[in-house]
Amino acid sequence: MNIHEFQAKGIFARHGMAIPREQVARTPEEARRIAEELDTRVVVKAQVHVGGRGKAGGVKLASTPDEAFDVAGRILGMDIKGLTVRQVLVAEAVEIGHEAYVGIILDRQTRRPVFMVSAAGGVDIEEVARDTPEKIHKLAVDPLLGLLPFQARSLAYKLYSDPAQVNQAAGMLARLYDAFMESDASLAEINPLVTTPEGKLWALDGKMNIDDNALFRHEEIEAMRDPESEEPTEAEARDADLSFVKLDGDIGCIVNGAGLAMATMDMVKFYGGTPANFLDIGGSSNPDKVVTAMNIITSDHRVKAVLFNIFGGITRCDDVANGIVTALRRIADGPGGPLTLPIVIRLTGTNEAEGRKILESVGLVAVDTMAEAVQKAVALGKESK
Amino acid sequence: MSILVDANTRVVVQGITGRDGSFHTRQMAAYGTNIVAGVTPGKGGQDLDGIPVFDTLGEAASATGANTSIIYVRPAFAADAIHEAIDARMDLVICITEGIPTLDMARVYAVLQHSGVRLLGPNCPGAITPGVTKVGIMPGHIHRPGHVGVVSRSGTLTYEIVHQLTSAGIGQSTCLGIGGDPIIGTGFIDALEAFEADADTHAVVMIGEIGGSDEERAAEFVQQHMTKPVVGFIAGRTAPPGKRMGHAGAIISGGTGGAEEKVSALNAAGIPVADRSADVVDLIRSALA
Repeated sequence: MNIHEFQAKGIFARHGMAIPREQVARTPEEARRIAEELDTRVVVKAQVHVGGRGKAGGVKLASTPDEAFDVAGRILGMDIKGLTVRQVLVAEAVEIGHEAYVGIILDRQTRRPVFMVSAAGGVDIEEVARDTPEKIHKLAVDPLLGLLPFQARSLAYKLYSDPAQVNQAAGMLARLYDAFMESDASLAEINPLVTTPEGKLWALDGKMNIDDNALFRHEEIEAMRDPESEEPTEAEARDADLSFVKLDGDIGCIVNGAGLAMATMDMVKFYGGTPANFLDIGGSSNPDKVVTAMNIITSDHRVKAVLFNIFGGITRCDDVANGIVTALRRIADGPGGPLTLPIVIRLTGTNEAEGRKILESVGLVAVDTMAEAVQKAVALGKESK
Repeated sequence: MSILVDANTRVVVQGITGRDGSFHTRQMAAYGTNIVAGVTPGKGGQDLDGIPVFDTLGEAASATGANTSIIYVRPAFAADAIHEAIDARMDLVICITEGIPTLDMARVYAVLQHSGVRLLGPNCPGAITPGVTKVGIMPGHIHRPGHVGVVSRSGTLTYEIVHQLTSAGIGQSTCLGIGGDPIIGTGFIDALEAFEADADTHAVVMIGEIGGSDEERAAEFVQQHMTKPVVGFIAGRTAPPGKRMGHAGAIISGGTGGAEEKVSALNAAGIPVADRSADVVDLIRSALA
């Protein structure tokens, strides 16, 4: 799960890192009030889950409360890479002497938390990594030992030469590591980590991604979820414990298993169609999940055909068949009347015969192979355009 | 012969009294798997269809000589179950559980590295040596004994491909799912190394997906160290970047992990890659010809 800059910096502050005084505003009036309270020059920053806010015009300085009001009015409602800005962070402006980058990711190759630091901060770190990889220093941490003091110092020396700043930075890195581990993050970064002309270090901007698998033990972070920043159907799917990603094609796919779901989308493309989504109904045999899946898929008006690809293992074909029949009945009873979209069903594996019988009782026919089902769905999708 | 699981595999089920644990214990026993014990804290002394249940894995192992554990424990407690299995010195630990916090697995891996214990998974379907033993959740009947090794990051996609192999009369030596999480105990390279050393395996199907770069490194390994033919399939060619496609590990991020890079890496290493999952059978047929 992504959290916003102000939420990440809130976590940093709780771990003892220095951040600017700041507050979130949802209206220009609030922005003005915050600027009045801060009683200094402020920076107004769009809070959206996407990089490159500055370049898109989503970060602006304001010298007076009235200017903060104007600037916030321009940024709120702005569209940045497809996301509407609903809140802005109003923060005291800090004078910047030097900018560094420090971050931690969970590295798949070493299977450890890995620090990345660079004295070239304040810019897109992926660009630095691509163009001048020698400017990025990495260090893998043994999660059983944690970040050892000498490791923190060795990283800090890559960023600063002044002993006081090295000490401050080493402390900052240790706190960032604690924040990363205690929040079950998959990424935590400070960019830029600024040095003021007086030599003090501030976390001026921050970012954290949290491991979805660990949210069950972090109620305080789960509460930070911003429903406005999510695709509504993706949120609905998550509540139903379905794994769903919206795409922009017209063949709705309902599959059991993530790998098979991806392979199904790929085969739709192979046969000249475009998948409308990724959807894994999971391994359980719950007809309600099928109902929710059908609702989500058919609510997308671009969808021209619905394709089921079920390989029964733990999932039982008769349960899925029951789910399909129930969903069709509920949709037919709904305000839109019976579903007019073509449905193609591939059903094989555990309790296949029972599943087919259930489908046949309502006039649906299951096909045998995945390739046959996909070709049929693509053809029907084209016809119904 | 086979890899990882065979007639000497003596299984202890961690979480045997749970819904999934008890269901799959019966399925495995019906397949002929030698299940010698189960573990559920607080239920020691009970039994499941005559299989004795213990409070701790240590007791279960010393009383029954179990050498392989399979874990059906809820995500919040699964990492602890793996630690317990490492502590009890199992030869092989298979963790089925999906949804274990990644940092829990980072700590497990740090312990595992120096333990000599092999972990398969987590978030995997397990391993099966057709006709001999099944330590996992895959439907047994779609498999058939033979000489093709199958290694995959996915569950149902593996069933799909195995089903096609079997329908075409091509049997399997061992099929294993290595799991869809970012941190897993056994990677492609470990599996490929074992298949290369197994006299009964004549060719290998490797089923990868988007996310990470394990497929790329496996391709390098195949080129440098394998004499047996390997064919591949990569799922997720149509997956958008930055979105987790079901599996926690299936995400294209920071410009790495895309399907096209993986396909090119495999091709560059001389591994033919099927465009459709249905084409794996033809590739294996020509590899064995």
